[in-house]
Amino acid sequence: MSSWPLLSIVTFLPLAGALFIFLLGRAEGEAGDRNAKWVALWTTLATFAFAVMIWVEFDPANPGFQMIEEAPWLGGGVSYKMGVDGISVLFVVLTAFLMPAAILCSWNSIEVRVKHYMIAFLVLETLMIGVFCALDLVVFYVFFEGGLIPMFIIIGVWGGKRRVYATYKFFLYTLLGSVLMLIAILYMWGTAGTTDIVKLMDYDFLPEAQTWLWLAFFASFAVKMPMWPVHTWLPDAHVEAPTAGSVILAGILLKMGGYGFLRFSLPMFPLASVEFAPLVFALSVVAIVYTSLVALAQEDIKKLIAYSSVAHMGFVTMGIFTLNQQGIDGAIFQMISHGFVSAALFLAVGVIYDRMHTREIAAYGGLVNRMPLYAFAFLVFTMANVGLPGTSGFVGEFLTLAGAFQANTWVAIGAATGVILSAAYALYLYRRVVFGAMTRPELATIQDLNLREIVTIAPLIAATIWFGVQPGGVLHVTGPAVQQLIQDMDVAVPRAPVPVSELVAAPQGEAGHDAGHGAEHAPAEGQH
Amino acid sequence: MDTLHADLMLMLPELLLAVGSMVVLLFGVFAAQNRPGLVNMLAVVLFAASAFLVWRQPMGLDASAFSDAFVVNDFTRFAKLLVLLGAALSILLSTRFFDREKIARFEFAPLMILATLGMLMMISAGGLMSLYVGLELQSLALYVLAAFNRDSVKATEAGLKYFVLGALSSCLLLYGSSLIYGFSGTVAFDGIRTAIDGGRNLGVVIGIVFVMAGLAFKISAVPFHMWTPDVYEGAPTPVTAFFAGAPKAAAVALLLRVLFDAFPNAVADWRQIVTFISIASMALGAFAAIGQTNIKRLMAYSSIGNIGYALVGIAAGTEQGIAAVLVFMAIYVVMTAGVFVCILAMRRADGQAENIQDLSGLMATRPLLALCWIVLLFSYVGLPPLPGFFGKFYVFGAAVEQGLWPLAVIGILTSVVAAFYYVRLVMLMINGEPGKPFEAAMGAQLRAVLGGSMAFTLAMVVVPGILVGWAATAAAALVK
Repeated sequence: MSSWPLLSIVTFLPLAGALFIFLLGRAEGEAGDRNAKWVALWTTLATFAFAVMIWVEFDPANPGFQMIEEAPWLGGGVSYKMGVDGISVLFVVLTAFLMPAAILCSWNSIEVRVKHYMIAFLVLETLMIGVFCALDLVVFYVFFEGGLIPMFIIIGVWGGKRRVYATYKFFLYTLLGSVLMLIAILYMWGTAGTTDIVKLMDYDFLPEAQTWLWLAFFASFAVKMPMWPVHTWLPDAHVEAPTAGSVILAGILLKMGGYGFLRFSLPMFPLASVEFAPLVFALSVVAIVYTSLVALAQEDIKKLIAYSSVAHMGFVTMGIFTLNQQGIDGAIFQMISHGFVSAALFLAVGVIYDRMHTREIAAYGGLVNRMPLYAFAFLVFTMANVGLPGTSGFVGEFLTLAGAFQANTWVAIGAATGVILSAAYALYLYRRVVFGAMTRPELATIQDLNLREIVTIAPLIAATIWFGVQPGGVLHVTGPAVQQLIQDMDVAVPRAPVPVSELVAAPQGEAGHDAGHGAEHAPAEGQH
Repeated sequence: MDTLHADLMLMLPELLLAVGSMVVLLFGVFAAQNRPGLVNMLAVVLFAASAFLVWRQPMGLDASAFSDAFVVNDFTRFAKLLVLLGAALSILLSTRFFDREKIARFEFAPLMILATLGMLMMISAGGLMSLYVGLELQSLALYVLAAFNRDSVKATEAGLKYFVLGALSSCLLLYGSSLIYGFSGTVAFDGIRTAIDGGRNLGVVIGIVFVMAGLAFKISAVPFHMWTPDVYEGAPTPVTAFFAGAPKAAAVALLLRVLFDAFPNAVADWRQIVTFISIASMALGAFAAIGQTNIKRLMAYSSIGNIGYALVGIAAGTEQGIAAVLVFMAIYVVMTAGVFVCILAMRRADGQAENIQDLSGLMATRPLLALCWIVLLFSYVGLPPLPGFFGKFYVFGAAVEQGLWPLAVIGILTSVVAAFYYVRLVMLMINGEPGKPFEAAMGAQLRAVLGGSMAFTLAMVVVPGILVGWAATAAAALVK
């Protein structure tokens, strides 16, 4: 089994599925659409099965890259190279896990050009998984940037009323950030003579070059993340995207920025990362507090969740740049957890949008009376979004805050305020949508979750609670790789003009304790 | 006698085209007056045969003929194959269009062959004289082709404009050539290189400026681009496709030959000029295209912008830069042929549609055609994994390697601006209200060109190393 090129299979299986749908013949109408849906569903399920195989095959004790595949491609130091380590492997699994849900939630809500829709999603899946598997900078860029095309089409064709505006904004914003990163990639290629990520991690770029390279990569990842103040494309894109588009956007695409910081900025430009950590802290805290306040004022459910995503991504960037074990472990955990939770929240919005065709908060109220199952599911995800102990949302927030506390107390204090605010907007949303009297006549006949929706949402509830109670499943995998990353940075950074101890308190060997750590403090943290 | 024989053997591909053009002309006059399609096919066969002869020349060959007036090496081989490909594709695009427009004449094919012959001469030119002869042979044929639809006012205007401005640019080129000759004492590239080895010579520098101005006209780089939108719009669409492809590739190859064979010791001097026209072309191509409503004018500005990107690679002034330019031009020629098939497919019963708005809702009416459009447009944007990305990747890589930061950063930012108007077309196709549908039939030749273009796209994703390797070999032959 281990001799199979598992990573390439997982990456390109969805593309094969897309090709199959494309070639499926010209069966138009009902039958053709149904075939396309089933092919897409089975392809994503098979991809998930292979992704689970990767997870099983993966050796968490090994902090290096595993399952490496290499083949000649461009030449001149650029080759097709794939591999995963503790940081990336979970994102591969997460992507494959969310895709069947994305396909299922589009089952009835997409009525036009179903075939094209399924093809676009499968192509997108290939590009997303490729981002996390790529071990060559150019291959990474190809997948990273290539994802813009299907996403452009998904929002542009199946989006809401203002889709044209939202699509342009999304596309041009992201493109502008990425092309600056391309310049940096070209410089790294010219200087180091290779684009192999493993080799580049060992290459010492000049300190002044690191500053510029870091900024160029930052331009791309900060937009993708998105960080304040370049987050404004996200609410528009979310509001206009179809449900599945939002699910994937929030669940996976936003994680690429954080993954990029961990994969490139930290190991390749350690000096610049330390130098710019205060900037990232400042932007993160502003993002957490400001976007939480903005979220409080939203009238549109999707927009509210979009702003809450920006706030949660603030925890991620903060955690990453604490440059200590808890912070980075927490950031990765937060990304994985936010992957389920925000995806699930958008699915939940999709459920009522499919019934009522509005996302106005004011159009709902009292749903618990007719939709108890829905109210339960929405409650779980709202609580996870708030960071209630026992849900996966708690672990990530707690660890990033613990990490931040070691790095800079004020940052931790500022970010902790955001935790309170997130409780405010999330519970306020929940109260307005689910509780209260059911006064609107249109809602009188609303139906509870059907079987398809239960099948879509149930795995996400399970994951949210499972990883909330058993965070070790994730931390066990990420721990060694993160420890390695921090060790490498400690080797690189003492050469910096500023002693590392002033900026970063870098604890060693705490990897094993994190899970227990989180559980211990659970009651105290849960009070907010 | 032996030398003559050897010299003639080196120019066999050109000789074939020269003789072939006459044969095709006679054949057209005496046997195929009313069958221009047949003459066109003959021309394609001729191009293929000529390409075969070019291809058969041994790798690593570095020879010259007729007292160094004619040079053959791996670089000329690559450029000639590219030009012949571009010319053959354009002929395939033309037959059906000319038939439908009722302007099909057999003279089209001989003119195309003569123009292509001129391009091959340009690529192989070893001195300023042979350069000029090749360039004029090409240009004169192109002037006529631009006005091929002689009963149309627009086409006549296009031809005249092209001719007048082209003549002016030839003057500039000749003036520069005479200055260079005067100050270096020779017209051969090798001789010029040795003559200015000693250091900067103001007369030669001015000569370079004039020669560059003349060549910038041919590649339609800013500020010598004014003719491009009008000629692109006025000329019959297949001729526009031809203008956008092969002559551009040939002129870029010629520019490379002049700069790297004759003036490799003056890189610092000409780099400033190239950098300027490159930035100006990229910026104008990006911004001016936004306001266009005619698809052919849009493609004109797009080609101006793309030439700007090619010039980025030239400005690098390195072997890597040359290879990058060759990769970029090869991709550009094939993509352009594909796009023009898509433009030619915008045909309704009442004639050829050229307005951008006509593409509205194409995804609903012609999904497959719209898919090809989208692939090609995103490729022009330079989004990976499509071929256009690799072209830009290499030219900007060469510039960054030389530390040309302003050029690289401005260039990459203009590509985002340019992305807007390409993406606007995509948006119109996937999102607009469907208008009157286009004719479903495209003809086998158009289908073949579009299919080839798509196959190339796929090949560039899977095995881009092949083209890159060829270009690297070609570039190595140019840098001595």
